[in-house]
Amino acid sequence: MEIGATVKEPGSTRRNKTGSWRIFKPILDKEKCIECDNCILFCPDACISPEYEIDYDYCKGCGICAEECPVKAIKMERER
Amino acid sequence: MALKIISTNRAVAEAVKLAKPQVIPVYPITPQTSISEYLAQFVANGELEAEYIRVESEHSAISACVGASAAGARVFTATSSQGLALMHEILFVAAGLRNPIVMANANRSLSAPLNIWNDHQDSIAERDSGWIQVYVESAQEAFDSILISYKVSENKKVLLPSMVCLDGFILTHTVEPVEIVPKDEVNNFLPEYEPEHAILDPEKPMSLGTFTDPNYYMEARHQIEEATQRSKKVIERVNKEFNETFKRKPNRRSHTKIQKGHRKGQQRVQ
Repeated sequence: MEIGATVKEPGSTRRNKTGSWRIFKPILDKEKCIECDNCILFCPDACISPEYEIDYDYCKGCGICAEECPVKAIKMERER
Repeated sequence: MALKIISTNRAVAEAVKLAKPQVIPVYPITPQTSISEYLAQFVANGELEAEYIRVESEHSAISACVGASAAGARVFTATSSQGLALMHEILFVAAGLRNPIVMANANRSLSAPLNIWNDHQDSIAERDSGWIQVYVESAQEAFDSILISYKVSENKKVLLPSMVCLDGFILTHTVEPVEIVPKDEVNNFLPEYEPEHAILDPEKPMSLGTFTDPNYYMEARHQIEEATQRSKKVIERVNKEFNETFKRKPNRRSHTKIQKGHRKGQQRVQ
């Protein structure tokens, strides 16, 4: 370990897959989706791509996307 | 070698002037105040080329020290009692980031009841912060210990901050003859600080003070403990080198043995 716990190369945040914290998983129903982009804008972890793909490696399952979806296209499913 | 009749606070300031720190963030507090005043005077007179930061609290003083040290500067600050208590959380940061900061602490009791006189509870309360603590008992020891502490703290085997503790009023305001060592000889004894382990350099980017899991945290704090243990030998060696370089009589500073009881004149490492 480096003296002073310094981090001398980038990428440690990427390696830390925070998706493991998740209890509820957001599932998007693309049939219902009206492409308003609310979920993309509100996601605090930038886990939803412009193509509406959810990055489950880093999604912590906060549920904000489901809350903000005006047509209830995102459902929070219990994962564990 | 010039012999000056000065107060211990003045002796500390004179030693700091010779150590040439580039950044000095200090907040005045009784009985340390005159250290901050002398240093301000040295900087204003052009005797010491340094950035003297007039901070709004001791918490800011030590925070500025951590930032400046991480940017590669040699730094100095001084405080006492409530000031040291206000520095508390950043003391752990300084040790954790392995910033070789040197600080003078004029030992004073902690409130309440409010008291400005000598007591060691302020520095003893910070015993486990990861700082090396040196207790001095004369103006000469205070002077020498500042220079020695920089050399010990900046040693690659140590890299820990040091606190030079002097008894408030009993020592800080006592006037004694002090041998001021020549400038050029200090430059040989104490070369410029060149950090490698933790330095904010755009050419060599690194992150300091990041989040860590408990296993890494324990590892980092354990490294501090190992460095503290290694510092004992380094302190003895640097004291010996200082005595030889500046031809100090052993009886003037007879504290090269460490933590073997509390005999008069001994230096203690926490």
